[in-house]
Amino acid sequence: MSNLKLVEFRNVSFRYGDEQPWVLKNCSFEIYEQEWVAIIGHNGSGKSTIAKLMNGLLFPQEGEIYVAGKKVQEETIWDIRKDVGMVFQNPDNQFVGTTVQDDVAFGMENRGFPREEMLARLDDVLQAVRMEDYRLTEPHRLSGGQKQRVAIASVLAVSPKVLILDEATAMLDPRGRKDIMKTVTNLKVNKDVTLLTITHDLQEIVQADRVIVMNEGQVWEESSPRALFSKQDALRAIGLDVPFIASLAKALKQYDIPITKEPLNYEELLEDLWILHSKT
Amino acid sequence: MNNAMVIGQYVPGNSLVHRLDPRTKITIIFIFVFIVFLANNIGSYTILTIFALSSMLTSRVPLKFVLKGLMPVWFLIIFTFILHLIITKEGTVVFEVFAFQVYSGGLIQGFAISMRFFLLILVTSLLTLTTTPIEITDAIESILQPLKKVRFPVHELALMMSISLRFIPTLLQETEKISKAQASRGVDFRTGKIKDRIQAVVPLLVPLFVSAFKRAEELAMAMEARGYQGGEGRTKLRELKLSKLDVWIYLLFVIVIIGLLITRN
Repeated sequence: MSNLKLVEFRNVSFRYGDEQPWVLKNCSFEIYEQEWVAIIGHNGSGKSTIAKLMNGLLFPQEGEIYVAGKKVQEETIWDIRKDVGMVFQNPDNQFVGTTVQDDVAFGMENRGFPREEMLARLDDVLQAVRMEDYRLTEPHRLSGGQKQRVAIASVLAVSPKVLILDEATAMLDPRGRKDIMKTVTNLKVNKDVTLLTITHDLQEIVQADRVIVMNEGQVWEESSPRALFSKQDALRAIGLDVPFIASLAKALKQYDIPITKEPLNYEELLEDLWILHSKT
Repeated sequence: MNNAMVIGQYVPGNSLVHRLDPRTKITIIFIFVFIVFLANNIGSYTILTIFALSSMLTSRVPLKFVLKGLMPVWFLIIFTFILHLIITKEGTVVFEVFAFQVYSGGLIQGFAISMRFFLLILVTSLLTLTTTPIEITDAIESILQPLKKVRFPVHELALMMSISLRFIPTLLQETEKISKAQASRGVDFRTGKIKDRIQAVVPLLVPLFVSAFKRAEELAMAMEARGYQGGEGRTKLRELKLSKLDVWIYLLFVIVIIGLLITRN
């Protein structure tokens, strides 16, 4: 992780119309290069609006947004969209091409890449999301998870600086969800991308470096996933479901079982428990 | 379910006809449609028939698919044949059915017109049988390219076609889902008076339209987020390339035309 600021929100407020309530109220935060930041919040907390503001699909009424040093405004959106890649929620409604390879190429075609380079990048990104065997498959023969992997590949193909996953797993079945999380984790290791995942599922923030919790259009908390899991009651109060493993750890603590750290997954809790068991 | 969702009638293959550049196929077929009307004697019809049948044979498309393509027009072919038998009163009387006298002129005319129909349908269905819809779209975009000078939105038209092609199976799947959902709520699509059945389609179409508009909006946003700014400065992954094969076929076709012009009177 470096200390270079990639995205900066400065006192951003946004609403969809003059009569409408504010969706974002005076939001400020930063995202640094090669970081994995998760934004979490219940429905209507303003988290998806953040993603759309970041690449100029929407503009704030107050405050400023900077991406890679450029202010987001009408004149800069096409440059900024080169830096900000976005994967949306609905797997079907972002698949433009008639086949996997056409869809991955769409973004590259828009930017006028020469054909040879497109072919080279196609191989590379399809391998990164493990879809290389499906190059000529039509979208209706793919599962939701596979379509989302293609969507990730098509965004990666134009090598953006930030990859935003806006509830990219929300419409998938548990298997597809796991699949996407695995793909994303692999990318983080192999490709050095800056990641911003937006979700309402606390399970999906576990691997992030930093979590921004949104509530009622404001930044409610910024912390590490582990620190966040210890604030279970407060999280429930703002409408978020605490993962089973965190509740279990809390319940164990109530029975005076000393658990040293807030577990993020089964393995960590298991390790804690067997170490404890062998000590006593 | 997947079999029913093959768009168009494309039969996959790797024959000579499949490998031709789709622009070549469209151009040749376009010209063929016109020159069919130049044929006016046995010789010229034979040349065109040989051309059409040999293209069909080299395409190696199974006969049953070709016949399926001809199916909707069989009636028309037979109907025009009979019509000519009845109304043309030239030449000598060949035979008599009931009160009708069938003249030799009518017989010849009937044959000629039905043959025209047959050749037209055969050749045009050969295009859709050996070319994927997306290839046809690319070819149309490429052929219409000169119209850009008069501000005709060629790129937009091609993009619209390819997006529609991409969404046809998706919307079909959705239609099926909605019809099941509505059937489970008691909508009856299969029985009852025609009026009732037409009315039963309303609860199918309304949700389908609503979701199609929602899809369109989301797709537009996704395209914009991926840097789509119209056709200006865009490159293409799918490439159309004229090969030697296309040149040979064009030459062959010119020979056919010359042969036709010589034999007709």
